[in-house]
Amino acid sequence: MRDLLYGMSSLPSDYFAVFGIPVTLALDLPEIQRRFYVLSKQYHPDRFGRASAAEQQYALDFTSLLNDAWRVLRDPQARAEYVLKNNGLEAGDSRGNPPPAELLEEVFELNMALEELRQGEAEARGPIGEALNRFLALREAIDTEREELFLRYDAHRQAETLQQLRALLNRRRYIENLVRDAQQALS
Amino acid sequence: MSVFQIDFGSPDSGQESAPPRVVGIDLGTTNSLVAFLDLTAPKVIPGPDGSALVPSVVSFPAGAEPVVGAAAQRALLTDPANTVYSAKRLMGRGAADVAGELALLPFPVAPGSESVIRLAVGGREVTPPEVGAYILRQLKQNAEAFLGEPVTQAVITVPAYFDDAQRQATKDAGRIAGLEVLRLVNEPTAAALAYGLDKRQNGTIAVYDFGGGTFDVSILKLQEGLFEVLATHGDTHLGGDDIDNLLLRVALEDIASEWGADLSGNHEALQRLRRAIIDAKHELSTRPVTTIAFDDGGREYRRQLPREVFDQLITPIIDRTLASCRSCLGDAGLTPAAIDEVVLVGGSTRIPLVRQAVRALFEAEPHTELNPDEVVALGAAVQAGILAGTVEDQLLLDVTPLSLGIETMGGVVSKLILRNSTIPASATEQFTTAVDGQRNVLIHVLQGERELAKDCRSLARFDLKDLDPVMAGMARIEVRFLIDANGILRVSAKDLRTGKEQAVEIKPSYGLTDEQVEAMILESFDKAEEDFKERQVRETRVEADRILAAVEKAKQDDAWFALPPDERAGIDRAINELLLSYHGDDYVLMQQKMEALDHASRGLAEAMMNSAVRGALKGTKIE
Repeated sequence: MRDLLYGMSSLPSDYFAVFGIPVTLALDLPEIQRRFYVLSKQYHPDRFGRASAAEQQYALDFTSLLNDAWRVLRDPQARAEYVLKNNGLEAGDSRGNPPPAELLEEVFELNMALEELRQGEAEARGPIGEALNRFLALREAIDTEREELFLRYDAHRQAETLQQLRALLNRRRYIENLVRDAQQALS
Repeated sequence: MSVFQIDFGSPDSGQESAPPRVVGIDLGTTNSLVAFLDLTAPKVIPGPDGSALVPSVVSFPAGAEPVVGAAAQRALLTDPANTVYSAKRLMGRGAADVAGELALLPFPVAPGSESVIRLAVGGREVTPPEVGAYILRQLKQNAEAFLGEPVTQAVITVPAYFDDAQRQATKDAGRIAGLEVLRLVNEPTAAALAYGLDKRQNGTIAVYDFGGGTFDVSILKLQEGLFEVLATHGDTHLGGDDIDNLLLRVALEDIASEWGADLSGNHEALQRLRRAIIDAKHELSTRPVTTIAFDDGGREYRRQLPREVFDQLITPIIDRTLASCRSCLGDAGLTPAAIDEVVLVGGSTRIPLVRQAVRALFEAEPHTELNPDEVVALGAAVQAGILAGTVEDQLLLDVTPLSLGIETMGGVVSKLILRNSTIPASATEQFTTAVDGQRNVLIHVLQGERELAKDCRSLARFDLKDLDPVMAGMARIEVRFLIDANGILRVSAKDLRTGKEQAVEIKPSYGLTDEQVEAMILESFDKAEEDFKERQVRETRVEADRILAAVEKAKQDDAWFALPPDERAGIDRAINELLLSYHGDDYVLMQQKMEALDHASRGLAEAMMNSAVRGALKGTKIE
């Protein structure tokens, strides 16, 4: 197993290269997980307890990169943000942004209900629950759309697709925050 | 030594010497153990008294050498002010962290204990890592005596929920004890490894580890020898000690109202009362009722304690462990039904209520086949085997228990590595300067889940020094935060404009500095060298006695008189030389003289052997 290290002085250049694949948004996760385990077994620092300092350092660097890569790639949202960032498209901070226009009314109503609940009005739970269900449905629709954009980008690699993806991710993050607020209020 | 044996070549001659053995150590709050991997099975190593459990107690009698283990445990009653126990709860802590606890401890804390607790015992000051080092040194000696070889490398276990400072303090303890700590392993994970050895099944397991001072729960996925931790949770200040303290308070109140006397300032009485309480607690694990029995100055305190009352008292403590378990399940994204097996670790899991509560929560019958006191040390020995390369079919993928972040504007924490990330894990962050010509940037690193820096645990301040003076905002320093496989943070920085490595000065918030640890190593190394030498001299003398007795006996044999006179003279000369070296303290010289005698007497040994064989043949009737 140590032979693998010789001649490998530099680390893979990105999270996809760690697993030996090109940049791919629609990932075969079970296959990536299988590779994660195989690579862990080969490169984990525990396998180099008696190796030279240089080999131990490489094992540490490679394995931390491997773990970071698996953590990001296994999560579709984090994976997409990672690809956007590598293409110079930093995701905006959705917290400070105004809500997407089509959600304005919904958000207003949710905030009202949340405020009522905070004031001790238990009947506000009903509207919050309904709003939560609508947001969950919306999130599901976004995830379907996200999957389509993933496939489109993998097939054609167009910058335009990434722009669309970025807008979609921002919307999803916004909804995610609403879902969290509603769930917290109801728990 | 091979006197009077036919020598077919000593087993280690002509062979490459084996790599040093790595032992596994459970440095516990109440007891500590050392184990090793014997062929394929881990085994605990007994001490000179035959017991593998070394009480984690160190006594520092004024003007005398410290005493460790069972002997120190006796000193808890005779010399409580100079006897340190449960030092693990003070590891990597400052006085303010454990103020409530320190009030109950009979040993005083010296001033200047803000970042490292200094205990004033036996006319000196000791820190928790030094106390740990005394215990580790005892385990090291036990292992050396048992294995017959020097032991210099170890895997040491820590509670999964230990933060960076507590881990670092444990590593420091190892270094001070003369051990290279190859890996810190989380206790629940180690327990899973110990169980995994016999089972080798796939599935999801929960490890509930309730020890003397700490509580941990870990959920692992097992498949084909891979032990992947999905989530961990716990409390580094929750254990059997808390149950003892609870009962102690009750008893003290009772005594105050019955006797009209406050015992809380009387360390000697307090230790005896604590002992009586611990005995009662242990008894309740197997009996429905017990009595706390305590006498002081002719007065008697007797209190019946039925198990139902005990259960009621400790329910809040058990509930805290169950809340931890639920958080852990949530973090792993699992329901209790998804847990296939539950493993119990730690002495406090002997309490019937604990077993009942764990069974109810996870809806599974907990495993208790392995001794809950030994299972962690056994797992550490397996991990030692993995690191040494003797175990190749198993591997641990552990996680960091706490999120790592940096303080940003307004005292808010920006998280860089989230809790339950598989380690090693890393994150990089870019820093720049705020004013023209700024020469350094200070980064405050914290651990914890809260939003504000003041609510998290300060880990260290990293000072990026000697920056090139440039316009504000022009500097581009990339800092890499890496949590290694021990769960300890490493930081490096690079100036992106020049591509050069950037100097970082580390100011740990808690714990000893590197220089302090080095000084402690030097001090203990001198002593360890002496100790080692003294032991070697004693052991070599025992060996010499054996050989001299054997030769004296052989001189009564016919074979001796049949030897040529010059050979007999040679043997006598070798005996004399060995005797001359016998009372010196040069054990290497003694060993050389023993070998010389061995060599000189080889002819005699062969002659005796031949006559023995002839004698045996003569006595045998061929039928």
